[in-house]
Amino acid sequence: MVHVTPDRDGPALTVDRLSKRFGDRVAFDELSFEVARGEVFGFLGPNGAGKTTTVRTLSTLLAPTSGTAHVAGLALTPDNGARIRSRIAVMPESPGLYMKLTVRENLACFADLYEIADTPARIAQALRAVKLEDRVNDMCGALSKGLRQRVALARALLSDPEVLFLDEPTSGLDPVAARDVHELIDDLRRRFVTVFLTTHRLGEAERLCDRVAILNTTLRSVGRPDELRDQLFARTLTVTTLAPLGEPQRVFGDLPAVESWQISGDSSYRLAISDANVAAPAVTRALVAAGADVLSITESRHSLEDVYLELVDHDAEAGAR
Amino acid sequence: MKFSRRRVRAVLVKEMRDFRHNGNVIYAMAILPLIFLVQPLIQVFTLSSRAAVPLHHEHALLYMLAIPALVPAALASYSIVGERLQGTLEPILTTPISREELLLGKTLAAFLPSVIVAYVVFGIYIGAVELFAHAGVASALIHGSDVLAQLVFTPLLALWSIWVGIAISTRSSDPRNASQLSILATLPTVAITSLIAFNVIVPSPRVALAFGVALLVLIRLGGRFAAALFDRERLVSRIS
Repeated sequence: MVHVTPDRDGPALTVDRLSKRFGDRVAFDELSFEVARGEVFGFLGPNGAGKTTTVRTLSTLLAPTSGTAHVAGLALTPDNGARIRSRIAVMPESPGLYMKLTVRENLACFADLYEIADTPARIAQALRAVKLEDRVNDMCGALSKGLRQRVALARALLSDPEVLFLDEPTSGLDPVAARDVHELIDDLRRRFVTVFLTTHRLGEAERLCDRVAILNTTLRSVGRPDELRDQLFARTLTVTTLAPLGEPQRVFGDLPAVESWQISGDSSYRLAISDANVAAPAVTRALVAAGADVLSITESRHSLEDVYLELVDHDAEAGAR
Repeated sequence: MKFSRRRVRAVLVKEMRDFRHNGNVIYAMAILPLIFLVQPLIQVFTLSSRAAVPLHHEHALLYMLAIPALVPAALASYSIVGERLQGTLEPILTTPISREELLLGKTLAAFLPSVIVAYVVFGIYIGAVELFAHAGVASALIHGSDVLAQLVFTPLLALWSIWVGIAISTRSSDPRNASQLSILATLPTVAITSLIAFNVIVPSPRVALAFGVALLVLIRLGGRFAAALFDRERLVSRIS
């Protein structure tokens, strides 16, 4: 028997060229990334991109076809399956509760499966975390979808996991219920729980995640949302004046952090910049010195949605060619 | 990881709680034993002492072994496919529970109520015959060897049926199909007990021993077969 020393100081997740195929069908291919302890890591991608299969593979339900991974300090091997599962928790897209059992009975069952000590106290603690203490004796079948999602999150928190996989936690929830789940994830971040979050909601990922990975069978990009924006889109300033500038080249041509400029309308100019903090004040001073009546100077903002659509649309176009 | 009795108990307790709230399960557990109890009792109560004399040479009581063959099959056939339908299989499989712990919990959850129901129905039948049948009917009908056979073979038949039910449940996507297939698959054992009950196969210690050994072998093989069929990857990749 091989004894493995768990690495409790290293990353929460290390994935190296991990692939999963079902026969000829590729679920995901050659994934490589790391997730630091305490990080909220977003995993984005269109339907069928392999997000759920990745979660199932990392949570030991599916065996990878090739590649290696470490989950909560343990190598992802069949021998380590139960040990890995004792250190992680998974909240699947569907809450998967026993509808004819009460909230307490559902949680008690899972507390026993994780062999948690002092079950009543832990159940109370988990329910407090999701603000459901007063529903402990309700049948799960009688709860709304949002409340069931909260029970499922309480169940995932019971074992105090090192890594928490949340698979589309706000799928099908109304905005208020989704906001509640967001607050819970924020709370997990404060408690230094590593969260691996798959989601379709890009605003959610942008708001909650320290870093995101964009998956479309292969990994398209990994980084902080602002890094991804900078990688894909040039940073620009848009200047609008009351009247067209007489000699725009004299105004914009030699400014620090302004790389190029072009006319984008009658009295509108788009400036490619390297650093908005340097470029914006310099542009303002130059416009004032030129006697221009300035209506606005705005830095163009690209959302994570722009990044996502750029990458996924690029894949779709490549597939069509 | 070490085998955990606590995890086995968690599955058992959960299943019992689920049974309690599940009308279909209670119906499946109750209807068959009731049929096996009421109709024969009516016949026995109308039997005169003289008409009961031929029963001395028969083993009519053994037909009750159909209860531990059929009832647990119906329960076990729901065990895995039911979890899959409720969407609870994936959360369970992502806990540290091992395949053996889960299957043992499921087995006990089907075994205990089935065996209890079988013994209780048998006890009620014996008691009712002793108390209310015409004089001489009880002594003609109730043989010590048949009671012993009932006590010994009830758990064996139940275990065999449970393995059959679980094996079918792991491969099924529809609980009704799983239930029907499980009951069909246990019919050969029911047929054998019926043939013995009606003296087509003449019961003897040697027949009992052969039947017992055959059941033990089937239970061992069935357990391994059901465990082999319980493949996390296959079960999970069929969830979505």
